[in-house]
Amino acid sequence: MDLLRKLEILADAAKYDASCASSGTDKRDSRKGGLGSTEGSGICHAYAPDGRCISLLKILLTNACVFDCAYCINRATSNTPRARFTVDEVVQLTLDFYRRNCIEGLFLSSGIIRDPDYTMEQLIRVVRCLRVDHGFKGYIHLKTIPDADPGLLAEAGLHADRLSINIELPQAASLAALAPEKNFADIHTAMGGLRTRIADAKEAKRGERRIRAPRFAPAGQSTQMIIGADASDDATVLGTSVGLYSGYGMRRVYYSAYSPIPDASVALPPRAPPLVREHRLYQADWLLRFYGFSLDEIVAGGEGGMLDLAIDPKLAWALKNRADFPVDVNRAAREMLLRVPGLGAKTVGRILATRRHRGLRVDDLARLGVRLAPALPFLVALDHRPRMLDGAHLRAQLTPAPVQGSLF
Amino acid sequence: MAYSVVLAGPVDIDGWRAAARDAWRAGISPDRLVFHVPGEAGDLFGGEPPPPPRADAAMPLVPRDFLALAEVAVRHRDPARFALLYDVLCRIAGGARGLLDDAADPVVARLRDMAKAVRRDAHKMHAFVRFTEIEGPRHVAWFEPDHYIEEAEAGFFIRRFAQLRWSIATPRLSLHWDGAALSIGPAGRRDALPPPDAGEALWRAYFGAIFNPARLKPAAMRAEMPEKYWKNLPEAQDIPRLIAEAPSRVRAMVAAGAAAPNPNPQRRRTPMATSTEGFAELRAQLLAADLPEWASRATQPVMGEGPVGAALMLVGEQPGDEEDLAGRAFVGPAGRLLNAVLEEAEVPRDALFVTNAVKHFKYTQQGRRRLHQTPDAGDITRYRPFLRAEVALVRPRLVLALGATALRALTGRAMPVTKSRDLHLKTADGMDLRATVHPSYLLRLPDAVAQRAERQRFAADLARAYGEATQTGGAAHAGGGASGANRS
Repeated sequence: MDLLRKLEILADAAKYDASCASSGTDKRDSRKGGLGSTEGSGICHAYAPDGRCISLLKILLTNACVFDCAYCINRATSNTPRARFTVDEVVQLTLDFYRRNCIEGLFLSSGIIRDPDYTMEQLIRVVRCLRVDHGFKGYIHLKTIPDADPGLLAEAGLHADRLSINIELPQAASLAALAPEKNFADIHTAMGGLRTRIADAKEAKRGERRIRAPRFAPAGQSTQMIIGADASDDATVLGTSVGLYSGYGMRRVYYSAYSPIPDASVALPPRAPPLVREHRLYQADWLLRFYGFSLDEIVAGGEGGMLDLAIDPKLAWALKNRADFPVDVNRAAREMLLRVPGLGAKTVGRILATRRHRGLRVDDLARLGVRLAPALPFLVALDHRPRMLDGAHLRAQLTPAPVQGSLF
Repeated sequence: MAYSVVLAGPVDIDGWRAAARDAWRAGISPDRLVFHVPGEAGDLFGGEPPPPPRADAAMPLVPRDFLALAEVAVRHRDPARFALLYDVLCRIAGGARGLLDDAADPVVARLRDMAKAVRRDAHKMHAFVRFTEIEGPRHVAWFEPDHYIEEAEAGFFIRRFAQLRWSIATPRLSLHWDGAALSIGPAGRRDALPPPDAGEALWRAYFGAIFNPARLKPAAMRAEMPEKYWKNLPEAQDIPRLIAEAPSRVRAMVAAGAAAPNPNPQRRRTPMATSTEGFAELRAQLLAADLPEWASRATQPVMGEGPVGAALMLVGEQPGDEEDLAGRAFVGPAGRLLNAVLEEAEVPRDALFVTNAVKHFKYTQQGRRRLHQTPDAGDITRYRPFLRAEVALVRPRLVLALGATALRALTGRAMPVTKSRDLHLKTADGMDLRATVHPSYLLRLPDAVAQRAERQRFAADLARAYGEATQTGGAAHAGGGASGANRS
């Protein structure tokens, strides 16, 4: 099989992993040798027509896999064509795309072949060759195999910027049903192990521990949850996320709407990906992490454990808690401003800095980046006081028209 | 009277700084000063050069963030940029020190928008420059920025490709890096680019394959990769085709429905050997056990560790945050303190078996932190069979309960540690038992004097227990529980 065909198969097999982040690792450059640099913020070198950023060369080493996960195109019983890169092919592709300035680095994953240790060893051979033989300084994200030997994990963390293990589904029962070879408890154990090593390496870097721990995944760990392949509601999904962030210091939990795949399993026939639901979950995730909302508040904004699909979760919460509004932009504390629909964290920062100089009017708010349509019903400015906060039509008025019909 | 200053070039920040400083010291107000860049559109009806500054005029004082803003904003194509900066300079130097924080000031807002546009342009240059390798070897690229960013962004490409030789040509100039030094040459031409090579075909194949047709969102793509960039991006040539084909590809997938399983599935791995050791079995039982709801939020059950047959077995309360992640007992703050005190008491930790009464981490969520929650009587009861099984596997000569939870788990009764400390006790199964405080108790003592005293007492308890457990001949304490394990 020629290289181009292999690349098509093994990129196609990797595209259901949402993560393409290349940010948050330590700073490096090639002025003293090698190739590449990382400068903190990631770079999206292209965007595909699905709106997703292309920052890394995201491929599988092989899509052969002995696991039979119903949601996965690469499952053992799928009829998809199989291919396998050699270590050198992946290394040369990465270096060539990098020199063209098409990518920030590599996101390498693999189907499980033979056993977890063998698979992990193959992945490590690629990153070792890039880092040691070619002095590659770009970003490397390595998918980690949960049951692999701790020694292999240590070497993976030495070379990679980020490691990840996918939680796959929001609860143990779903995983048992759809991915019989995977185990919810083992995945958590492996994440716990990663967190401990990441934290040790970070402390060693700050000199807080006398024994020096080696470099280990400076950009931390992330994970991905598939949405809509099982019956879990949003409360369950977000509850699992909260546990993942607090328990394992996840940098990100990615939500991936279950997408129709060619050659779908009988257990999961193809259906429209719940893209709006995925979007609302990301918004809720943000509110939980950066806006001071609790899980209960977010869930209460919707109905029956599901988020409101028609409006964003902050607006949904505000509409159900109208007694807390309107908020005076010239007086309210940061925590309350963060809860006003249409105000982002940056905008709130600007409001706090600017109102020391002047009393804010609606025109000022527009200049500061406030989205006026959703914000004005909930806030008070020098020249504005909302009238229809008690109105029954407020929700209808603020609900955007449906964007597009389903693809099916 | 209007004055005019001619700058050396479009990004002549040093020239602007010198001229602006002198003009301010000459008392020239913003409406009377025009900055002119050769070759750039703008006010060509400028007046005379400004008069020299007054000798007694002070230097204008500005905060550092004004200079940072100015350095970025001057790269904007807007001919008004220098005048706007001078306007802000005059107001800041005239006393409005915090002016830059006033994001609602129209001029400040406009300058901030300009800086933002420049940064976005720079970011897009980092992202969308595409090199092709030619003979030499040398990597060459053509790029069309919106603003005057080329000189400032050369550093990014030097840091990234320091060991290569490369050139980036733009409609204004060209940057050349020879592996050691940067030189700036005349404007380039788009049609001077080399033809596509084999590597470009691979990159286009990757772009097509990584796209998921079931998630078509072309507007999101255009927002981040506007069409004006497409003509210089090889992969963008495929975008119209990929968009056009997407609906029919998805329809075909859905119409095909579920596929029959492959009659020749990928080879299954041989099942991994499971350990038949008692501890592994116990762990497996715990994983399968019907436990309280909170246990499912813990990472894993944490079993004890140490030699089977250890003379002394320590039983703590429950794993904490670090123990939960590591899957090992006593590796967190309390465990580190325990190790230190064991060392002071000259008790070898390796010779002990350490475990907990409750095997999962019970916590409450507070923001991103997991706060320890004390197990209640029900929790203790639920985990007792596992603790008893563990004690039976280790068969120590003496068990030492650390804290009230362990004491309750081992005896089946609630009793105060403080009053039990010097007593010879028995576990519910009749094994020899002593009790002392949990090391986390020492960590919570606020007062250093009390802390020292309690630490000594804790060390003495550990030393005594170890002494009793290892003394030669018979039972650990008088009255003998040597046959205790058989009574269960």
